[in-house]
Amino acid sequence: MAPGRVSLGATNRRLGERAIRVALFAAAAVSVLTTLGILVALLRETIAFFGDVGIGHFITDGEWSPLFAPPHYGIWQLINGTFLVTGFAILVAIPLGLGSAIYLSEYASSRARKFIKPVLETLVGVPTIIFGYFALTFVTPTILQGLLGVDVQIFNVLAASLVVAIMILPTIATISEDAMNSVPQSLREGAFGMGATKLQVSTRVVFPAALSGIVAACVLGISRAIGETMIVLIAAGQKPCSGVDPKQPCETIAAFIAATGKGDIPTGSVEYKTIFAAGATLFFLTLIFNAIAIRFVRRYRQVYE
Amino acid sequence: MSTPEAIAPGAPDLRSGPRKERIKDRAFRVAMLFCLAVALATLVALVAQVAVKGAGSLSGHFFTDYASSFPENAGIRAALLGTLWLMGVCAAFIIPVGVATAVYLEEYADGTKWWNRFIEVNIQNLAAVPSIIYGILGLAFLVRGPFGMGRVVLAGGLTLALLVLPVVIIAAREAIRAVPPSIREGSMALGATQWQTIWKQVLPAAVPGIATGVILALSRAIGETAPLILVGAPIFIAFDPTGLNSDFTVLPLQAFNWISQPQSEFKDLAAAAILVLLGVLLLMNALAIWLRNRYQQRW
Repeated sequence: MAPGRVSLGATNRRLGERAIRVALFAAAAVSVLTTLGILVALLRETIAFFGDVGIGHFITDGEWSPLFAPPHYGIWQLINGTFLVTGFAILVAIPLGLGSAIYLSEYASSRARKFIKPVLETLVGVPTIIFGYFALTFVTPTILQGLLGVDVQIFNVLAASLVVAIMILPTIATISEDAMNSVPQSLREGAFGMGATKLQVSTRVVFPAALSGIVAACVLGISRAIGETMIVLIAAGQKPCSGVDPKQPCETIAAFIAATGKGDIPTGSVEYKTIFAAGATLFFLTLIFNAIAIRFVRRYRQVYE
Repeated sequence: MSTPEAIAPGAPDLRSGPRKERIKDRAFRVAMLFCLAVALATLVALVAQVAVKGAGSLSGHFFTDYASSFPENAGIRAALLGTLWLMGVCAAFIIPVGVATAVYLEEYADGTKWWNRFIEVNIQNLAAVPSIIYGILGLAFLVRGPFGMGRVVLAGGLTLALLVLPVVIIAAREAIRAVPPSIREGSMALGATQWQTIWKQVLPAAVPGIATGVILALSRAIGETAPLILVGAPIFIAFDPTGLNSDFTVLPLQAFNWISQPQSEFKDLAAAAILVLLGVLLLMNALAIWLRNRYQQRW
């Protein structure tokens, strides 16, 4: 450097700047450590569980009754319960949610939309304990047994799934409404110009154009339903089941974890390990659904200017 | 809007297609409105039912008494205080860690490096993990295992903090990103270091957005029950939590305990506890909206 010239770099390389950078990185690492912690906790005890019980039993045994003698550890009954609740829930929630989204996005006046959208968004965050209470004290006795005269038990899959449907409805409706709303107006105008009705525009132009967002919304709803604990714990009962009868009680994976983890079970017992084996199953189920959603969104995403 | 024009007799009405299509169109509109109406009506019924069942139990002593085996004497004192303690622990963790992570990702991280991309993807994935899994994490590492602190306030607060951390990070990142680069460039041009720029210019400008995110995260944490079933109090708590090492219960957990009782009096108490929880949530949401409207800057 020529003498007399001033360097353009920092004149005072403060050590603190580097320390701060390191500290900030450490904070960012907390979220990675969380994931790592979840994986380690689940896998370590699950592997120990397979050592005690055998992975064959876990997959092939048709019954889940870890507390009875002789105990059975077939995860299928819990998976059956989870899919049963989720399946009935999405049968109700997806049509209602998408219908609400189409109405809000294509038909509602902008004033109605401005009022209803935030209400739905707030409802996404309502604590699920309320839904559980609603299922047990209102849907089962008043609606199902009273109004409709369905012959259900006090704890039953039907009430739980209906209420899970209500819980995921705002999620599906708001996210797919966002997707439909971001379809460019010119597409609609083009279709109207060709003489299409609103029905045709909504179902054949807007819906396909927003498909990636709609699918993402539905899968998010499904994965919330799979992991939902309080509603099924309160309303669906704690008895594992086979078969698809929604009038009887049926335990889900999440409900089993909560029901078993509630008590003070000794660390290292088989019972303690079942929590983790069930947890690992639940974790990978939701992981698979999220991966499907991400792929789908990437594949069908439409990019407009 | 085009002005309607007279249609020559005999000519087809081009504005809305053939008659059959128009009827289908009407029917579809009604069906969609029906969906929305059903959705809103059930959600209104949900809140109304809790309000009707719970209102009767709301009285002065409900807030100041402990849980009891006699429904007429039972109250939510321990649960309210426990909720306050847990929210304190949770806030003390998520504010510094969440904001620091957001600052790192927005201001420092080189997005082309794989580990930075990994951190981002990881945060998105964490947001989709079911809350009960966080309960398992808390049970394995905080309640038992390496930390072994037992079912105490600190374990519960940290479990909830890890659960809602992604919410804070995502909100804080958005708030930081919304501060225009010209502010940073101006500060740097005056000789400030990167950290001075962040601390004195970027963060103060991003505070409203960050605060909104923190309130929303806490309002999610306050209603979580499932993870606390694994790390919270299994039994009646009839004393005030006294510190980080104290046993605790929280509002939703107390409500769950009451729901699990067979007597309908206890179920009404659960409704009352849920009503209090909803009230607190409403206040927090209102505060978040007010903060956003009051302090939001348009650049």
